[in-house]
Amino acid sequence: MLRQIEGSRAVAEAVALCRPRVVSAYPISPQTHIIEGVGSLVKSGRLKPCEFINVESEFAAMSVSIGAAATGARAYTATSGPGLLDMAEAVFNASGLGLPIVMTVANRAVGAPINIGNDHSDAMALRDSGWIQLFAETNQHAVDLHIQAFRLAERLSVPVMVCMDGFILTHSVERVEIPTQEQVDRYLRPFAPQQVLDPAAPVSIGAMVGPEAFTEVRYLAHARLLEALVCIPELAAEFERVVGRPSGGLVSAYRSEDAETIVVALGSVVGTVKDVVDQMREEGLKIGVVAVTTFRPFPEQALGQALEGAHRVVVIEKAFAVGGRGVLGAQVDALVSDRGTKTYTVVAGLGGRSIPEASLRRVLGEAIRGELGAMSFLDLDRVVVDRELARMAEDPRRAPSTARVPRDVRENAARIV
Amino acid sequence: MFQVRIHGRGGQGVVTAAELLAVAAFNDGRHAQAFPSFGSERTGAPVVSFCRISEREIRTRSPIDEPDALVIQDATLLRQAGLFAGLRSHGWVLVNTTKTLVAIGVAGFVAELPENHVLGLRATEIALQHLGRPLPNTVLLGGFAALTGAVSLAAVVTAIEDRFSGAMREGNVAAATEAFNLTRGMVGTWATRERSAVGAPPD
Repeated sequence: MLRQIEGSRAVAEAVALCRPRVVSAYPISPQTHIIEGVGSLVKSGRLKPCEFINVESEFAAMSVSIGAAATGARAYTATSGPGLLDMAEAVFNASGLGLPIVMTVANRAVGAPINIGNDHSDAMALRDSGWIQLFAETNQHAVDLHIQAFRLAERLSVPVMVCMDGFILTHSVERVEIPTQEQVDRYLRPFAPQQVLDPAAPVSIGAMVGPEAFTEVRYLAHARLLEALVCIPELAAEFERVVGRPSGGLVSAYRSEDAETIVVALGSVVGTVKDVVDQMREEGLKIGVVAVTTFRPFPEQALGQALEGAHRVVVIEKAFAVGGRGVLGAQVDALVSDRGTKTYTVVAGLGGRSIPEASLRRVLGEAIRGELGAMSFLDLDRVVVDRELARMAEDPRRAPSTARVPRDVRENAARIV
Repeated sequence: MFQVRIHGRGGQGVVTAAELLAVAAFNDGRHAQAFPSFGSERTGAPVVSFCRISEREIRTRSPIDEPDALVIQDATLLRQAGLFAGLRSHGWVLVNTTKTLVAIGVAGFVAELPENHVLGLRATEIALQHLGRPLPNTVLLGGFAALTGAVSLAAVVTAIEDRFSGAMREGNVAAATEAFNLTRGMVGTWATRERSAVGAPPD
């Protein structure tokens, strides 16, 4: 049914259509509306049978999910930012044990300083945890990816994270087509677990593995995760057959076929980039955008093909390796630099900073003219940064001040006005 | 694309107003995208929400810097710097006030906008009368529909009916309808421009 609905509520509806038996979560902004929505569907009896378990922390939420999945229940949880980091050890356990848990990550910045706004620092911190990571561009996409995620997780016995931009998607009210229960039931059959903890037939899972076999265990987890690169397009095609809408997959290209400049990005910023691409095409520039829907496993082949023929690739990303480079940017560079394709990483939208179309147009123009650095920060307030760097130079032991910088930014903005 | 920015204070239903406007536009068959500004969630603190309305799919997630219309739910915010920032030259402004535009100090500003594009509406009074609570948001939506023609009253009423139940539902529908009729009485009917506010600006 086509509805004008908040992203969080739409995802809650989609999760309920997937009939999880156990939902366990700890509330944290901006995930809260999702889990409230699932909770109210359990309470009203629309999602039945389902055990909604309130827990004392995110670590507990993931641990309950692990226990539930290990006993053969379809398990779902959701979190954001610091919540994902709190559950980090259990996140690795879930993938190590091969448990097909589905988790929404309503992407949020990670402190300190405290910031509840959107960026991808949380998901990137756990990018190597052995989970599949999917990134939603719209709320429609988020709904569709959740339904595909349960199918994918259970097909491979691998947990799946569906990443959706906190606030930007979770709190947006827009048009979403929610599939029918009949469609979802046809696409996603009841969970047939590969392993079940059963008191009547006791076994141990996750027991000690020493150095003689740990490499082999890790190699096999890697091989299993890579199978998703074959599985994901198949399941997306089947989703289209059942639901009648193309959605999901590894990468998604827009006007990139003949493009000399291709933007690569994750998540909701892709929508803004599409509008910018249309504007720049009007001006006669050959530009397109490729969204990376599946970030883990990394779709090297599909992305490499999508970027063929590009003179330059501009990676817009909402996270970076502090002291290193971009995360997605470094992977894209490794993929295309030996073809002579120039790559640029533009870090943008940190801590909920908006990404204006004008700023994107400016930075893309700079890349096209060869004026952009290999790594840059969109709309960085250079005056403020330089002032603090000068203070730090006076006293090398002094850490950058998180109290003074916001004040300087306000003062600087006031002066410009 | 028709872009609206709603200013108010925490507790006045600012975020709900943008959501209801988006649902109303959807009821009219349009694409719409409502989103709040994030941060302070304290009662009484200034809050801003946004709504885009378009005949086509809305893809952008960039902020609304150049709104076509402003709804000011609390006239005490008029002193705030930047309240009118970016308002387009053909724009609309709807203010919740019992005073005249001269008295609230926007007369000079009004002169720069087309005739009948700025209106003060006694929304809190109307809300108190119908709801017994000072919640001006749905009242202003009724007024907004009459002022701009960006959404129909029927679509606003349906959006309200889907959102509320019981006495709040009846009260909000009555309040929005009264505001719609009152606004029409002040600015005239827009029969010829019912749907013209979206896309190319009228006038």
